[in-house]
Amino acid sequence: MSNLGFQQFPEYQVPGVQQADFSPYESNGGSIVAIAGDDFVVIAADTRLSSGYNIHSRDQSKLFKLSDQTVLGSTGCWADTLSLTGLLKVRMQGYEHTHLRTMATDAVAQMLSITMYNRRFFPYYVSNILAGIDKDGKGVVYSYDPIGHCERAFYRAGGTAGTLLQPVLDNQIGHKNINLSSSELPKLTIERAVAIASDTFISAAERDIYTGDSVLINIITKDGIEEKKLQLRLD
Amino acid sequence: MLNNYNGLAQPFWQNGPAPGQFYHFTGGQQQIQNLPRELTTAGPYGTQRNTARITTGSSVLGIRFDGGVMIAADTMVSYGSLSRYQSIDRVFKINEKILLGGGDDFADIQSIKRTIDQKMIADQCRADEIEMKPTELAMWLTRVLYNRRTRMNPLFIDVVVGGVNAEGKPFLGNVDLRGRFYEDFVVATGFARHLAIPLVRESKPAGREFTAEEASNLIRKCMEVLYYRDTRNTSKYTVGVCTPSGSVVEGPYKVDENWSFASTIKGY
Amino acid sequence: MFRNQYDSDVTVWSPQGRLHQVEYAMEAVKLGTTTVGLKNRSIAVLVALSKPTSEVSVSQRKVIPIDDHLGISIAGITADARVLSRYLRSECLNYKHTYESTYPVSRLITNLGNKMQTTTQRYDRRPYGVGLLVAGYDEKGPHIYQVMPSANFYDCKAYSIGSRSQSARTYLESNLASFADSSNDEIIAHGIVAIKRSLPTDENQGKENAAQYDITVAIVGKGQPFKILSKEEMKKYEELASKKILPAPSPADDDDQPRPSGSGEQPDEGPRDPQVAVATEERR
Repeated sequence: MSNLGFQQFPEYQVPGVQQADFSPYESNGGSIVAIAGDDFVVIAADTRLSSGYNIHSRDQSKLFKLSDQTVLGSTGCWADTLSLTGLLKVRMQGYEHTHLRTMATDAVAQMLSITMYNRRFFPYYVSNILAGIDKDGKGVVYSYDPIGHCERAFYRAGGTAGTLLQPVLDNQIGHKNINLSSSELPKLTIERAVAIASDTFISAAERDIYTGDSVLINIITKDGIEEKKLQLRLD
Repeated sequence: MLNNYNGLAQPFWQNGPAPGQFYHFTGGQQQIQNLPRELTTAGPYGTQRNTARITTGSSVLGIRFDGGVMIAADTMVSYGSLSRYQSIDRVFKINEKILLGGGDDFADIQSIKRTIDQKMIADQCRADEIEMKPTELAMWLTRVLYNRRTRMNPLFIDVVVGGVNAEGKPFLGNVDLRGRFYEDFVVATGFARHLAIPLVRESKPAGREFTAEEASNLIRKCMEVLYYRDTRNTSKYTVGVCTPSGSVVEGPYKVDENWSFASTIKGY
Repeated sequence: MFRNQYDSDVTVWSPQGRLHQVEYAMEAVKLGTTTVGLKNRSIAVLVALSKPTSEVSVSQRKVIPIDDHLGISIAGITADARVLSRYLRSECLNYKHTYESTYPVSRLITNLGNKMQTTTQRYDRRPYGVGLLVAGYDEKGPHIYQVMPSANFYDCKAYSIGSRSQSARTYLESNLASFADSSNDEIIAHGIVAIKRSLPTDENQGKENAAQYDITVAIVGKGQPFKILSKEEMKKYEELASKKILPAPSPADDDDQPRPSGSGEQPDEGPRDPQVAVATEERR
């Protein structure tokens, strides 16, 4: 009952005790970049886990392997990320049992959207980018907002340095504002995608304090997932 | 009213008994509706939740080494700025494979500790030689704390969980009041986040883990620094050590304090 | 048709202290096709025989994956097995979600046993009409469990249930000593040989007839998630097994009744709880 609330007993209010309201959210930083090619997709995320000026861990992977063909990158409120990915893993195993096949990337994308929208009025505070090989064997990227809006794309940057990196990708991958004829444009190979992803992270680590330490790169092809790691600046 | 036997069964007549209300069938479903108390007892303006820490512990420091983990915490539990309790262990042995160091609100620590102890007793009662592992406890805590924060009724705790897993592999992690969990070779809560973590990180040898001796020396050094610089710290601390051969909480130890320099400081 | 006046309900005792309805449920297991479970030091293997119910249908699934560390093979009423497997799956999934680790096999089976037991003690239920062989791997190594409609369960070194399973059991019994130190390939081959022993004699010899039975093999072990072997993978083990084939079983073994093996005469005829004929793991 509210008349037994804490405020009714001022003598219990101890000087020095923090009376701040509880916030269920916290930003733990981190960035993701995903680039899809014809028959591959590259997804990269840094490994710094921080809050404010504290760096909790310099080696926390933010990439979640959901199947041999699908990887989810998730940053934002780390507690929400853990909860969301835990739920996804349960649902995917349930799907595998009932349908006797692994969930396709497109299906995961749709399920992720619905799962996030289920918490429309108390959202998962996360920036998700899903990368995988679709039904036709093509690389594909899905990006999300915290309440579950889902968009299919070919390249996307997200997380704390997402706004810094997206224009770079627009230019280098999307060839926006480039005065070259289509024959002169460089072809998007795995090597080029990995190089651009690595470069964007090196730049992000220069300007974004929440991005750094190292970057994990997953290269997904029909044969499986190859993992690479690149050292970034630690400051 | 919902009955234990079948939550969906309607009463036979209005306000009458429902099937299964008077007789407990063996193996019948237990209590279908078991809502948390804060959702079932509402005041006129909603419910009032605990929004503050009252008695608090400060730092906990955990270091992983090649054969296990060490977790240290001083023995102070403060009441605001008052040094209320000066000899309370905040590092607990959960079982032979798990240590737990508790920071932040101490009442909430005791509460969650009681629940964990009950789980360990349940483990022992099965007598199947299967013990809970530190990763399992850490994940369970993550789920519990996340659920509490999602119901806007958090447990104000910040805990360090450490121990050795099934293959004798050391594990050290941290779970906070929002259910944020991570694993690292050094984790800390409270002021040790600012003061101890950098000291430990800078002495980490590249390409290998700490040895037990290095870890123990670092703990001693860090507890000394914390005692000098954190006002909510006392000079006594306990250290939990967990290796594949078991876990033990040692101490209390005394910080090797030296105030002789104080007389040389003038002008304040 | 009643066998006697004390079998009208699961909850009715006979004056001899038997629950006839439960014993009848045990008979359902013997109607199912045979399945064999066995293990060495690092893996547990399930081998199941399945037969299409008619010429136009494919055979029922006999092996059901539960989680990465666990799977079951069944003999008896398939629909009941489906309910049990749904229970096992949700238990494993819940456990995995909460602890991010796999459900210890012994605890899972204990809970399953408790669930099944309640049906033998309530007038409004009937026992599950299915026997399970559970193959699992956890920190204590590989496990084979046998779970019966009576809600009894045994931690076995090797076992077989289903129709004509006695012949398979006989094979397992005589080779038991070599199982623990067998290689993974060998233990799978042993399983296949054992299950072939349970084929009707004519189908064992006549090649054309034998083809209508499908043999399914599933394995689980250290670093090996529960997996049902594909047709291609099976070929290698079938070949290995065919080299192992020993003289055909004597007709006396073609019997569902437990063999009177040393332990003296049986006081009462009629169905009873299976005495584990092979060998169980000693309890500590």
